[in-house]
Amino acid sequence: MKRLRSATELEGFRQEILAARDPNKPCVTICSGTGCHAYSCERVSQAFTKELKSRGLQGEVDVRRTGCHGYCERGTIVVIFPEEICYLRVQPEDVPEIIATTLIEKKLVDRLLYQDEEGQKIVHEGEIPFYKHQERTVFGSNRFIDPRSIEDYLAVGGYSALAKALCSMQPEEIIGEIKRSGLRGRGGGGFPTGMKWESCRNAPSPAGVRYIICNADEGDPGAYMDRSLLEGNPHSIIEGMIIGACAIESHHGYVYVRHEYPLAVENLGIALEQAREYGLLGEDILGSGFDFDIKISRGGGAFICGESTALMASLEGRIGEPRAKHIHTVINGLHGRPTNLNNVETWANVPLIINHGADWYSQIGTANSKGTKIFSLVGRINNTGLVEVPMGITLREIIFDIGGGIPEGRKFKAVQTGGPSGGCIPESLVDLPVDFDRLVEAGSMMGSGGMIVMDETTCMVDLAKYFVKFLTEESCGKCVPCREGLDRMLDILTDITEGQGKPSDIELLEELGDVIRGTSLCALGSTAPNPVLSTIKYFRDEYEAHVNEKRCPAGVCKALITFSIDEEKCTGCGVCIKSCPQMAISGEKKKLHTIDQEKCIACGLCRDACKFEAVIVS
Amino acid sequence: MVELTIDGIKTSVPEGTTVLEAAREMGIIIPALCYHPGLTPYGACRVCIVEVVKGSQSLLEASCTLPVAQGQTIITSSAKVSQARKVIIELLLAACPNSKTLQDLAASMGVNRVRFKIKDKNCILCGLCVRYCKEQMQSGGIGFVGRGTSRRVATAFGETPEECRNCNGCEWICPVCERACMAGSLTDGVCGRCLNLAPVETCPVCTHCSEAVGSSGHRVY
Repeated sequence: MKRLRSATELEGFRQEILAARDPNKPCVTICSGTGCHAYSCERVSQAFTKELKSRGLQGEVDVRRTGCHGYCERGTIVVIFPEEICYLRVQPEDVPEIIATTLIEKKLVDRLLYQDEEGQKIVHEGEIPFYKHQERTVFGSNRFIDPRSIEDYLAVGGYSALAKALCSMQPEEIIGEIKRSGLRGRGGGGFPTGMKWESCRNAPSPAGVRYIICNADEGDPGAYMDRSLLEGNPHSIIEGMIIGACAIESHHGYVYVRHEYPLAVENLGIALEQAREYGLLGEDILGSGFDFDIKISRGGGAFICGESTALMASLEGRIGEPRAKHIHTVINGLHGRPTNLNNVETWANVPLIINHGADWYSQIGTANSKGTKIFSLVGRINNTGLVEVPMGITLREIIFDIGGGIPEGRKFKAVQTGGPSGGCIPESLVDLPVDFDRLVEAGSMMGSGGMIVMDETTCMVDLAKYFVKFLTEESCGKCVPCREGLDRMLDILTDITEGQGKPSDIELLEELGDVIRGTSLCALGSTAPNPVLSTIKYFRDEYEAHVNEKRCPAGVCKALITFSIDEEKCTGCGVCIKSCPQMAISGEKKKLHTIDQEKCIACGLCRDACKFEAVIVS
Repeated sequence: MVELTIDGIKTSVPEGTTVLEAAREMGIIIPALCYHPGLTPYGACRVCIVEVVKGSQSLLEASCTLPVAQGQTIITSSAKVSQARKVIIELLLAACPNSKTLQDLAASMGVNRVRFKIKDKNCILCGLCVRYCKEQMQSGGIGFVGRGTSRRVATAFGETPEECRNCNGCEWICPVCERACMAGSLTDGVCGRCLNLAPVETCPVCTHCSEAVGSSGHRVY
């Protein structure tokens, strides 16, 4: 390993790497994100290595395990370069065929290609509808890079923004560029990043100590974009942090990452070590005389530690609970010193802005929300995965064009944006442009970018109860409105879903929600009533049906539904009898079956098991 | 000095003062449970919330942690403030119905029923005892354990810590156990009448011995 002592040496080294690589040499890239890990990508890549070796091709074909490609619904994803042939749902058993057909005979394995609704096969990744409508500026490099190889990152132009910032820009210029770009924090608050950096830089500090923190404590249910960035492209975050440190004149950085993200911790650790070896981190970075190093701090999994002051308390070794932020953390943060905290995705945007300029960046997006945003599209949607889209795109484009709509032809009902404290946006607002301000106007928020899609089989009261339960457990418990208020809110919602709701409960929920929102200490509490208030706002009829008619329109709330068997549809096959854990179903073969309501626990297993849709929920 | 307006009256206080202190200096009553002049402000009970007017908008903030700012306009008892305070008191009573301090506060604010489920924990987690132990006794024998609804005040591993000098300061400063509400039964979570009218017995000349007061009163020396 050689230590790079100047920007010229870095550029020279990059050219060396590129010269040693033949762009026409076949390269099999295997997505190794967390989603694909669950689909046994590990075994797929082992199968490739083994099969290539047995055919004596190991020197002629490169095998690269990359970060997350985003299309998690169809993992394991294998892309073969230089033709960029994309195979989906690859199993270890498919590997010999891929090697024999594609790598040797140069033909396609049709059955592994993407097939659109008209039956047309699509060969290239970028032409698949899921990718076609996206703008993958931050996330795009993931598919070319082995996260454990700094050479791969350098080969796609990595650390060139750092060289530019360190060697040819003054700190004020860097801040000016970030300010002009209009970048806003991607962690939830949407605070302008450039202004934050400027305040931190100008804040007085004894001995000039300032801290830089990367907030990787992503804990929203169903959200994993920060995780995939850290796992798939850790160097982009490190590069962004060094540029930030240079602008703020900080010499100490921390990445606060969840302990539950072992792969992210591991890949980041390797990346930091590599950056240090090449002189991109540590003392005298690229011979500029600037010192900066980053430490990893692993969080214990408390959702509240994603809040900046709670995170800093946790980093100092105290209980992770927030404090009043009348004096901002940019003035009084970690250890009482000026501290600049940004989210993973925000840091990953920084090298792009420095490389391409603020003008290029500010062209993307809307008037007040610039750039792209990564969303994790989950729930009742055909194409589950991570999508990166320009700000201002409509929900309809995300859900139907990229997400491919709702499975099994069911009707789209609502989408929850912004994680557990976000709000539910109903079908009537599906043409809403997605940006920071418009989402808040609709009663939700951008948050860190979770997007949970719901269809007609989702009960909105039950959904609100789920999120409130999550937040009740994850509240730090310091202030009364959040600790006691959310707990009582959960009690009321539980009563409603169990058929014990009183007519005054809906108003009480609204009143309590307003107080929690207005008086809580931190952003967790003040946004926590969003799922309840937004569902009451848009789906009040469902609440009223639960309270007044003791009826769950979506057929979810167990206490309010009964299962019965349709006389005409039942074929008497007996599958439901076998599926029932309560032995509540009886009936002879080829004769109508019946459900004993006394024994039935409304688990729904019979409904799932019946192939003739003969189990009716009412 | 910082100039600000509280309830329409202009005042000027030294920088670093909190809005609660500035208002109390002026004789304006703001109820507070987790605030104590001798301890670091904590901002947990949210009873001391006030309205901070910013142009045509206003925000609710806890006055005990809010530092005064030049030109600030504060309203301490608007309809918005009292509405929010009432709900907070209801929530506190639901968690700790047998506290006379809370029942008195509820009565003074016109809270005549608790609409939430009563889950008596006999503690409002105001943190006065924890801060008293740490800041005044330099001990740190007690602290918070758990989060969310399972948060509670406890000693490390449930054992009496070496740091504890049995000063009883924690009990003395507790706004909840200081005087228990003696009402035999509660209607809708509030006692509705004050049976505990007898003054608590104290020493003729209080020496601030930090001895526990408790519901039975002080031991008179």
